[in-house]
Amino acid sequence: MPISVKIFASLREAVPDAAPSIGAVANDTVANVWRRATGGVTLPDHVLCSVNLEHRRPEDAVSDGDEVAFFPPVTGG
Amino acid sequence: MPARVGEQAFHPAVELAAFEAALPRGAFGATASFTGTMRDANEGDAVTGMTLEHYPAMTERELARIVAEARERFDILDALIVHRVGDILPGEPIVLTAACSAHRAAAFDACRWLMEELKHRAPFWKRERLAGGGSRWVERNTPG
Repeated sequence: MPISVKIFASLREAVPDAAPSIGAVANDTVANVWRRATGGVTLPDHVLCSVNLEHRRPEDAVSDGDEVAFFPPVTGG
Repeated sequence: MPARVGEQAFHPAVELAAFEAALPRGAFGATASFTGTMRDANEGDAVTGMTLEHYPAMTERELARIVAEARERFDILDALIVHRVGDILPGEPIVLTAACSAHRAAAFDACRWLMEELKHRAPFWKRERLAGGGSRWVERNTPG
């Protein structure tokens, strides 16, 4: 099953051609998913990440079928 | 319903009345609430409206978790978060946090904590429309 990739807010506009889903590879990480989905763009330092709706770090593992999301600092409230 | 995200405008007084009505009458002596309302200016520019984007499912999960953590952390009967998404106009409420407790200290403390936690953890992003034309993402929260 592919990895679903979601990118939100200003970050989505920065990488408008990013792939919405990609195939998983061995020893995959959040940062690797970003690089493959964006065609090699380096993950910006300030970006927040989640896997299956839980906050995660760029070095955390990703598996087949996961939903991986990337977003800028949150500004609710 | 301790946490709700929705596009519909809400009235804080109505939400607070429903929140209190769901608790045992006479069981609490203090209700603290905070309402965040959209301003018509930001960073020196006049603002005519904004769109609040969120991450469906994750936002709701994070808010519910914050309410659950507040119940553990503070001596309160219950807590409430209501948050708008979508298009919002100046003067409209964006967010409501509230807590009920036996005495005022826990209600005040929990209400402030709920607000600070959601501002740091819940995936919402504001894009404001400028009176002079165009729009821009709000890049960071105000310090408080």
